[in-house]
Amino acid sequence: MPIKKSKNGEFKPLIVAFCCNWCSYAGADLAGTSRLSYPAEVKIIRVPCSCRVNPMFVLRAFQRGADGVIICGCHPGDCHYSTGNYYARRRMTLLFSMLDYLGIERGRTKVEWVSAAEGVKFSTVMNEFSKTIHDLGENKKLGDLRCKEFLD
Amino acid sequence: MQKIGVFVCWCGSNIAATVDVKAVAEAVKHEPGVVYSFDYQYMCSEGGQSKIRQAILDYGLTGIVVCSCSPRMHEQTFRKAAASAGLNPYMVEIANIREHCSWIHKNKDEATEKAIILARTAIAKLNLNKPLVAGESSVTKRALVIGGGIAGIQSALDIAEAGYEVDIVEKSPTIGGRMAQLDKTFPTLDCAACILTPKMVDAASSDKINLYTYSEIEAVSGFVGNFSVKIRKKARSIKTELCSGCGVCTEKCPSKKAKSEFNMGLCNRTAIYIPFAQAIPNVPVIDREQCIKFKTGKCGLCQKSCPAGAIDFTQQDEVVERQYGAIVVATGFKPISLENFDEFSYSLSPDVVTSLEFERIMNAAGPTKGQLLRPSDNTHPHTIVFVQCVGSRDTSGCGKPYCSKICCMYTAKHAMLVREKYPDTEVHVFYIDVRTPGKNFDEFYRRAVEEYGVNYIKGMVGKIAEKNGKLMVQGSDLLANEQIVIEADMVVLATAIEPDETAKSLATMLTASIDTNNFFTEAHPKLRPVESPTAGVYLSGVCQGPKDIPETVAQATAAAAKVIGLLSKDKLLSNPCVAGSDEMLCNGCSGCEKVCPYGAISYIDKEFKAAGKVEVRRVAKVNEAICQGCGACTVTCPSGAMDLKGFTNRQIMAEVDAICR
Repeated sequence: MPIKKSKNGEFKPLIVAFCCNWCSYAGADLAGTSRLSYPAEVKIIRVPCSCRVNPMFVLRAFQRGADGVIICGCHPGDCHYSTGNYYARRRMTLLFSMLDYLGIERGRTKVEWVSAAEGVKFSTVMNEFSKTIHDLGENKKLGDLRCKEFLD
Repeated sequence: MQKIGVFVCWCGSNIAATVDVKAVAEAVKHEPGVVYSFDYQYMCSEGGQSKIRQAILDYGLTGIVVCSCSPRMHEQTFRKAAASAGLNPYMVEIANIREHCSWIHKNKDEATEKAIILARTAIAKLNLNKPLVAGESSVTKRALVIGGGIAGIQSALDIAEAGYEVDIVEKSPTIGGRMAQLDKTFPTLDCAACILTPKMVDAASSDKINLYTYSEIEAVSGFVGNFSVKIRKKARSIKTELCSGCGVCTEKCPSKKAKSEFNMGLCNRTAIYIPFAQAIPNVPVIDREQCIKFKTGKCGLCQKSCPAGAIDFTQQDEVVERQYGAIVVATGFKPISLENFDEFSYSLSPDVVTSLEFERIMNAAGPTKGQLLRPSDNTHPHTIVFVQCVGSRDTSGCGKPYCSKICCMYTAKHAMLVREKYPDTEVHVFYIDVRTPGKNFDEFYRRAVEEYGVNYIKGMVGKIAEKNGKLMVQGSDLLANEQIVIEADMVVLATAIEPDETAKSLATMLTASIDTNNFFTEAHPKLRPVESPTAGVYLSGVCQGPKDIPETVAQATAAAAKVIGLLSKDKLLSNPCVAGSDEMLCNGCSGCEKVCPYGAISYIDKEFKAAGKVEVRRVAKVNEAICQGCGACTVTCPSGAMDLKGFTNRQIMAEVDAICR
């Protein structure tokens, strides 16, 4: 299990961000080039398209202790592959409602559209998402399912 | 087991200032598969690349991870370096520790920790990489240029010059675009028509260039080197091959109430019309919404008067499908609508005009034959106020947040032309800033102020109201720190420009990205300014961002050079990161076929021998030449048979695991 505490004992969440190569990953690059900061707990995985994100990946992230998962793609209508983000949107809507049922709050999951030109938006989205996760605290409910107390 | 080398780049101080690169190189040594790690000041330099090549040879590396800038920047560089040392280029992974780490975090401990995690994520993925070999595809040696303005014409001429065939598709009845509407051009004041029309004629007379005017793009499919495009040739109601362009029909036409688009609605045109005298092709078109024959069935005067018998009321739209290797987007711009700017009284007073309308008024071929007359009463205006930044640099949401770039210069031009032709006219210009970055631009602006006595007022206009046939322009003079009212006869609004309304739908068809203002996005803002992120699609002119004529022509020629480079190749290497189906797992459900946006998946019946029996099963087959590697099918596949090379389920899962460790 990852260490969720920083040196001064504060909760340090673990956030996995899936970014499509054409829009959001480039948007994240632009945020970097423009020196627009967002918390270091956000770690980005590059995928060709938001539709490449298999619900399994999201489940796996939560299973391995992630506190939040965000999927970023091109704006509707702007997908490099025409329709990929529509598939992502529909799949994730279903997945997130199931996760909510399982006890992973709605706030821990998100789909967001960030274009290659929206460095500012990328940083804003990540700051806000990270704040939501901070407010929600550690993703303990799924921890219970993993019988964490026996592992410790 | 892989033998992995990890190379950590300092990027000078760009990475090293916030990430402890030595600590990263040390920490990754214990990751599975890593046999070598190394840090260096500039990994992308020849020195850095030779270290990589040497390490591949010395340690017999089977894969490398470079911890550096974004893969969008240098992935190709390191793939080439790896390939030159005999490594498969797809055994290279990049950990983005600059854009996604050092540049956005200030705390060195935090940034170093994150860099280590990003590095081990890349290592985890690389452990599952397999060498991939790029396929080859052919190149159709013909280019498509969308838009027939100066940008499109210049690109087409340059491509044709290199010996390749080009088709120009223009939605209006003639090529020429916005530049044909202009009077003079800054900063030389040479006449727009004089420099544009020879190029239009060149384009029309070139045996390599084919014009589709009054035509629109209907659908685009395929990929770089092999685009297939459906073009709708709208019915002109004229048999082009018979028409001699004599113009008798336009003289006879009794329907004269349509607003002339070319003259920005300042005068009327007939229902059958040629947009302007130098139009190419010089063939009229019937506006079916205005034509009496189409509305009531009676009339047909044009048909009766046409000496060539070229009028054809029964003509239908025709859709043709053509193949292209490359596409240049040159769709240009239009002025924004002023409906959100009631304070300028544009809709209330005919004497408040946009700059493009003013351009037509000043043009010798325009509605007033070049005389400066107010539209309301055709009298000569004695006081003219120019208002700059109307809808530009506007963050209120009414206009556009960006600078339209050309307005400062054309306003100086207008002011100068007015003062030159009519020295009795007072000219005032309200401005926020005067921006003149261009060769001879500032000299031009200074001439307007110093030689021509144009009164520049720093400040914004708050309100324009009509009073006794005059326009009361209320504004602030920021330098004098006072509110002023100017009694003007005419007001010219330097209206912001925006991409043509077709840009958005076209971007969708081309799968090229556009930004929030509908400008096409370039592949890299500095290093690949004329390419769109979609391979084989190039950008020319204002469709990519506001620019003046010299910049447009420069970009058009640059785009043409890129197209020529592409068309000169006989074979293109395709992206090997494509989907593939495991036939042993596929149950033939057709799920993947349905979600594929390219129709790359088909089904075949295949014989399988198992336990002494032969069975025939229906299995998915991916056409690797068509697949673009989005991965939609991989997620749809219920049996897990479909996977995407380079981004396999196991690889991404390993990345997730490495982050959450």
